[in-house]
Amino acid sequence: MKAIVGLTALALMLMAVPASAEDPPHASCEVPAYLLTTESKLPKVAEAIKTDQKLDILVIGSRSATIGAPDGTGFPGRMEAALREKLPSVTVNVTLQLQVKKTAEDVAKEFDQLLAGKKPTLVIWQTGTVDAMRSVDPDDFRTAVDEGVAALQKTGAEVVLMNLQYSPRMETMITTTPYIDAMRVAAQDREVPLFDRFAIMHLWNETGRFDLFSAARGLEMAKRVHDCLGRSLATFVIDAAHLKPAEPGTQR
Amino acid sequence: MRGSDSSERYDMTSVTDQAAGASAGNAAKQGIPSAAVPSRTVPERSSAVPAAGSDRELRLDLFRGLALWLIFVDHLPPNIFTWLTIRNYGFSDATEIFIFISGYTAAFVYGRAMRDRGMVVATARILKRVWQIYVAHVFLFTIFLAEISYVATSFENPLYTEEMGILDFLKQPDVTIVQALLLKFRPVNMDVLPLYIVLMLFLPAIIWLMRRKPDLTLGLSVAIYAVVWQFDINLPAYPSGVWFFNPFAWQLLFVFGAWCALGGAKRMAPLLSSRITLAISIAYLVASFFITLTWHFPQLGHFVPRIVEQWMYPINKTDLDVLRFAHFLALAAVAVYFLPRGWAGLKSPWLRPAILCGQHSLEIFCIGVFLAFAGHFILAEYAGGPWIHFVISISGIVIMSAAAWVFSWYKRVAAKSGTDAKSADANADLAGGGS
Repeated sequence: MKAIVGLTALALMLMAVPASAEDPPHASCEVPAYLLTTESKLPKVAEAIKTDQKLDILVIGSRSATIGAPDGTGFPGRMEAALREKLPSVTVNVTLQLQVKKTAEDVAKEFDQLLAGKKPTLVIWQTGTVDAMRSVDPDDFRTAVDEGVAALQKTGAEVVLMNLQYSPRMETMITTTPYIDAMRVAAQDREVPLFDRFAIMHLWNETGRFDLFSAARGLEMAKRVHDCLGRSLATFVIDAAHLKPAEPGTQR
Repeated sequence: MRGSDSSERYDMTSVTDQAAGASAGNAAKQGIPSAAVPSRTVPERSSAVPAAGSDRELRLDLFRGLALWLIFVDHLPPNIFTWLTIRNYGFSDATEIFIFISGYTAAFVYGRAMRDRGMVVATARILKRVWQIYVAHVFLFTIFLAEISYVATSFENPLYTEEMGILDFLKQPDVTIVQALLLKFRPVNMDVLPLYIVLMLFLPAIIWLMRRKPDLTLGLSVAIYAVVWQFDINLPAYPSGVWFFNPFAWQLLFVFGAWCALGGAKRMAPLLSSRITLAISIAYLVASFFITLTWHFPQLGHFVPRIVEQWMYPINKTDLDVLRFAHFLALAAVAVYFLPRGWAGLKSPWLRPAILCGQHSLEIFCIGVFLAFAGHFILAEYAGGPWIHFVISISGIVIMSAAAWVFSWYKRVAAKSGTDAKSADANADLAGGGS
């Protein structure tokens, strides 16, 4: 009996190992080009890269900018790695300011403090989840994002907005559409690029690239999702800045 | 919710019987507006079709049934079927259809009750109906609580730690459940019934005034809608925010449905049969289809001038955006133009399931919400993937249709045993709900 259990366990382990190994973090992230291009431009980012060989990015995010794992595994860290890979001659610096359990309006009030003493070329503002969970009035949310972006632009930084995660299990509990729409409108009004995290993750789930319904408690999938998000975000920023990546066609 | 309670038969099931009976030719005799839906062909058709009891206003049933199916599909996670729902092809969606037809049928039946039995009795019946809807809502909330309590204890994907925070309300059931009973806490997908409850509460006043000054009533409704937009009035929700479907805005559709039922449809018939109306409607539908396309294919967004975008967005569902309302009107105008009253397809067995569902709308709506919860649960706990999705959507529609068939069967049987004794009073029995 013991032997059978032992052998079964061994067999399961052997099956498990290649399964995770055949899906290395660098596997294609399968994001169609239209989700990684934008009409809005980032001229200052392009300028900083070309003339200063230096790019400072500040990510202002909520809890979903991390996965509760060691540093560098969330999408900000992965984006930094991807940008360094694509722009080898440029000093890329990405810092993350977590603003947990705060609505867009709350976060916008903190901007002065968050940016104190820093001069980021680019601020990536990931928001919307907390507002959706608290059912903040979508109009108020849109105003908060709109004014928040304006405040960030006033500091001289360029802004990229990033919307909510797609989480199929939470669909019965969180209404996301009005907040996604509001962010699209705010991005259009202020002419800033919007990184459509929701659409990208939705597509991954639909094509089977990632099974986001999965109840897995492990970190593996979360890490791979964030790796892909970080890479896609890097591609998106480079596209918006109208730069040619060092190795064209490497990786989306 | 289902039972031998006859007032229910009276409303959701017999409403349409009644509507049908009246339009079969005795409407004039009874001195009430016929059930004629806006239709260019009403006059000719109703005389062309033999006046039989089987000549019901099936179009209302059909569209309400379809709306119920679409609401069910829209409540499931997006899948292939979602592409069939009208919200992907224009501004409005199934909710508009549902609320309009509910206003139409409710005004028709209770308007009749008010004429026959007076204000007090009609009001009492409406309130009884409100109570039934409320109980249905609380029942669905209980199922919802059961589902998410389970999810809260079994789901720990680190990717979604933040979103899981929404379940924190389970930690304070004292507040949450009371707020749910007050209709202030309404989880996703549970917004339609509270809206319906509030609209029905105002129905006695609406009908009372509508029977005297129909145009004034509609005018008041438009005025309230305008005031709501001007001053941003809505009911508060818990834990924050406002009602997802603002009843003060959505009343416009409900009252418009009532206005059509109590004579407005007849007056609009010439307008609706005009080719110009048709052309405008189709042009609007096409334009809105194109705008919707740009949501799914952002590449097309370049073709929309920025000034149009700035004027148009956001298209507000909470306050029933005027673009949505207009889209519904255009849809209705086109539907009425191409599907005349006596359209033969209405008798087709293929449409039978949808018609049956439309005839039992409260029950089928609740079953649909329940099935959507169950579908989510199956997808989350057992299996995902497009194939299972497809099976769940189809099974849901089959279950809804089967349930509707059982309700119809039961109603027929109950009616047979009931009307033997007092068939002479059958009409009053239907209209009044009997006992």
